[in-house]
Amino acid sequence: MTIATIDSSASQPARASLFYDPVIRGVVFQVLLALFIIYLVYSGVTNAANNLARAGIATGFGFLNNRAGFDIGQSLIPYTANSTYRQAFFVGLTNTIFVAAIGIFFATILGFIVGIARLSKNFLVRKVAEVYVETLRNIPLLLQLLFWYKAVLSALPAPRGSIEMFNSSVFLNNRGLIMPQYLAEAGASIFYASIAIGIAVAVVIARWAKKRQMATGQIFPTIRVALGLIIGVPLVVLFVLGVPFTAEYPELSGFNFRGGTTIRPEFMALLLGLSLYTAAFIAEIVRAGILAVSKGQTEAAFSLGLRPNTTMRLVIIPQALRVIIPPLTSQYLNLTKNSSLAIAVGYPDLVSVFSGTVANQTGQAVEVISITMIVYLTLSLLTSAFMNWFNSRVALVER
Amino acid sequence: MTKIILSAVAGAAALTLGAHAASAQTLEAVKAKGYIQCGVSTGLAGFSNTDDAGEWTGLDVDFCRAMAAAIFDDPEAVRFSPLSAVERFTALQSGEIDVLSRNTTWTMSRDTALGLNFVGVTFYDGQGFMVPAELNVDSALQLSGASVCVQSGTTTELNLTDYFSANNMEYNPVVFEGLEEVNAAYNAGRCDVYTTDSSGLYAIRLTLDNPDDHVVLPELISKEPLGPAVRRGDDQWFGIAKWVYYGLVYAEELGISSENLEEMLASENPDVRRALGGDGTFGADMGLENDWLVKIVRHVGNYGEVFERNVGADSPLQIERGLNALYTDGGLQYGMPIR
Amino acid sequence: MSDTHAETDVATTRLAFVRDDFLKSEAPPVREGGFGHWLKVNLFATPKDTILTILMALFLAWILPPLFNWAFFSAVWDGSNREACLGEGQGACWAFVDAKFGQFMYGRYPIDERWRVDLTAILLIVSLVPLAIPSVPYKKFNAIFLLVIFPIIAFILLTGQFGLPPVRTDLWGGLLVTLVVAIVGIVVSLPLGVLLALGRRSHLPFVKYASIVFIEFWRGVPLITILFMSSVMLPLFLPDGVTFDKLLRALVGVAFFASAYMAEVIRGGLQAIPKGQYEAADAMGLSYWQKMRLIILPQALTLVIPGIVNTFIGLFKDTSLVLIIGIFDLLGIVQLNFADPNWAAPQTAITGFAFAALVYFIFCFGMSKYSLYMERRLDTSHR
Repeated sequence: MTIATIDSSASQPARASLFYDPVIRGVVFQVLLALFIIYLVYSGVTNAANNLARAGIATGFGFLNNRAGFDIGQSLIPYTANSTYRQAFFVGLTNTIFVAAIGIFFATILGFIVGIARLSKNFLVRKVAEVYVETLRNIPLLLQLLFWYKAVLSALPAPRGSIEMFNSSVFLNNRGLIMPQYLAEAGASIFYASIAIGIAVAVVIARWAKKRQMATGQIFPTIRVALGLIIGVPLVVLFVLGVPFTAEYPELSGFNFRGGTTIRPEFMALLLGLSLYTAAFIAEIVRAGILAVSKGQTEAAFSLGLRPNTTMRLVIIPQALRVIIPPLTSQYLNLTKNSSLAIAVGYPDLVSVFSGTVANQTGQAVEVISITMIVYLTLSLLTSAFMNWFNSRVALVER
Repeated sequence: MTKIILSAVAGAAALTLGAHAASAQTLEAVKAKGYIQCGVSTGLAGFSNTDDAGEWTGLDVDFCRAMAAAIFDDPEAVRFSPLSAVERFTALQSGEIDVLSRNTTWTMSRDTALGLNFVGVTFYDGQGFMVPAELNVDSALQLSGASVCVQSGTTTELNLTDYFSANNMEYNPVVFEGLEEVNAAYNAGRCDVYTTDSSGLYAIRLTLDNPDDHVVLPELISKEPLGPAVRRGDDQWFGIAKWVYYGLVYAEELGISSENLEEMLASENPDVRRALGGDGTFGADMGLENDWLVKIVRHVGNYGEVFERNVGADSPLQIERGLNALYTDGGLQYGMPIR
Repeated sequence: MSDTHAETDVATTRLAFVRDDFLKSEAPPVREGGFGHWLKVNLFATPKDTILTILMALFLAWILPPLFNWAFFSAVWDGSNREACLGEGQGACWAFVDAKFGQFMYGRYPIDERWRVDLTAILLIVSLVPLAIPSVPYKKFNAIFLLVIFPIIAFILLTGQFGLPPVRTDLWGGLLVTLVVAIVGIVVSLPLGVLLALGRRSHLPFVKYASIVFIEFWRGVPLITILFMSSVMLPLFLPDGVTFDKLLRALVGVAFFASAYMAEVIRGGLQAIPKGQYEAADAMGLSYWQKMRLIILPQALTLVIPGIVNTFIGLFKDTSLVLIIGIFDLLGIVQLNFADPNWAAPQTAITGFAFAALVYFIFCFGMSKYSLYMERRLDTSHR
């Protein structure tokens, strides 16, 4: 009470001029900034509107329903030249997600292996991992992509001189990696169902086993049983049904191979580049994460009699993951954004199909590039939302 | 405070308004800056390409030089902006370039929805196919199942799709953004077929490791009228560009060339006198000087000279005049009369 | 029990034993140093280790000899055109790099004017090296020269002002463009990043949200779409007749992109400064900017030097993306030269890439090693 009165009476004379009042200065500054930003946006928008209107350029998003008229080399969803630009957009989007998902899978595996190898006691292993990380991290990704595409994959032989593998069922040439395709026959659905059931049962058993271990301390060989259920059972079903698949082998006819599935070199180059490059960063994150777990934890685990492998699996990794996952997520996001470099190697991702071809065919660059940016922004905001959620979930609860 | 806001708003208004006032007068702006900004391709032999000394040459380049000659009496008063296929229209729409002379196909949608005005057809072309000779293909109809290299975002890409689907053939598109990438991919054997405008095929064939190992197939699957374009909304500038083109062709029709120009200036032929500014105020009406065509022919030559020098008999490309001959010789080039 | 007691008693009652000769010295322990021991610990500690070592050795034996053979022993070092590099089983075609070296460094910058680029590079080295070595004095003047005076001189020299023949930026290329983009990005992104980071932590709501939107926008989209935007879309947003140089537009995009990343790095540093520092500065009666300039930023920036350098490295690598919008940086010009029919040979592409990779590697690796060195040097006050 008294303090408050003294305070106010003391500060009153100090405010000699409104100019020095921090509140007013704050407001004035913000209003100026706001005006400046509004001016920028306003002039940008009016300029664009004027420029577009004066030149008679079509605007709006109506073009999305027009016929695209061009073909796309690789598509996960049905698409022909008669599809609309909207469908072309989704082809690009799914292609981006496809290459990003597979890239993330390989980059994570390789990254963990290299990261752990960097901490190995074995000199040779440690050094090789270090050279890998230092080299790939310090060379631009675009250069690596172009290297894989132009120097390695296009140096492969032409279709007629293909490298044959696996008893002439798999071919590697400068048109890609051509593999047999397995076409489902009647009964294949039973096989798919058996996989699904296997996974479901494994999940149930894993939960039960964990509960039992918590209650009684008895350990159930969950992993072996689960593997048996997910792989073994479907295999048995497969042979019982008499393999309900026919293999379609690729054959050289005319210019190219017919039949089978082809992994195009554009996709291979992008996947190789993205995975190897991101793996180097993931390796560093994994290494830092493991080093962040204090040495006392290892020593405590050893003194309890745990073996090094068990220590790693039960003590170090769970604690390291807490440190690893946030930067790991942002590496996943980086990989997804980096997949936009596909345009340099001709893989039809979102940027290449939409910001490239569609923008040029329609001439509506503003709309097309805005949509592309919004897609990536959404992906990135979703990722940071996940990261915040994860951080709050795994944050150390101290007792 | 209010003062600041008011002045900021006033400034904003002034900027926006000032920008409007400047919009239509391309010729004034060009004269003020002293050169034409001309959008060309990033490198296509015969059309727009830099030689060893870094000088731009080619048919598309010479159109811009002709405009510079007409306006400034100096074919060097041009600056070139190499543009990719994707950038070209925005560059023109936004005023970054004054004229787009970049082997661009004149189509209806480009003419109506993109804010462009096509000036004329400086080169009648058609889309063709090039294949390695060792494939022993002699017709495009044998191309079913082939991998085709094509540049993205071009009319070529659309024609290709239409042609293969119309003939019930399958193909495998290999699409790149830049022309260099398409060339490199074809050269490396990534695809069996290269498709683009046939003039482009001849130009690209020259740059391959072994030009003789590749053949251009006889079929032309589309109409590709290539021509320069200007921004819509400035009729004066459009008129100048149009008449520079007609002037080039008309000069050839009248037999005026850079070699006989001095004799022609003394000619009594009323058509020649009108064209060369001896009679009337045709140049001045357009916003230029009356001897505009004299300047063009002196510095750049007539259409025939430009053609032969860059893509025709005097060039490595050796393209026949064909459709690009004068209408009197069975071609389509027809200069509107200067009268 | 009692017996032992008795014995001990007896022993203690006797005279104390005094040793009058030395114990015979033990043989030295088996030497724990040396090469053999190192091998044992580092390569053959356990059977599993031994297997790993052998596998790795086999891997290296498989990969290294062909690599060295390719790069050195069977490489072609001189020649004037493709003929030199067409031989069977030949390695790298370094003659290609040799012949195109000028282009790789300067692009199409006029040959007579290249001394200007060289002079700029020398000025840069002369002002950067003393700044990087901690023991050299006059840091303040040095920094002012590098950040204020040098850019002006470089601009005058490179573009050609005051009577120097102008060189348009579409003639620039090669390493010159790579360095220009990277250095401008670095010089702009650091102060802008500081401002954005302060903005994001500001108490003024509008400033704060404006900074957040700016940062998240630039961080959320791939650089390539930003470059597309700056090259294809930006011109539409400018008043008619106002045009930017293509290189300048790319520079603006790259600089904004880098500032957003820089802001997040610096924000990390600001968050790590204990609250007491802020409060102490307030208690001293320092104004906001004094507080930041004298107390907070020096500490925060020191803390995040590794992060800042990592952003620089990322920026340096990202400069290669400008080739997609048709600016010929080092990678772009190397690639462009693959199309030269004079040099079309099987090893041309791979050699060109190897050369470009080496240049990028030297710069990035150098920066990362320098940041480690600085980190260790400055790592005195904490922990």
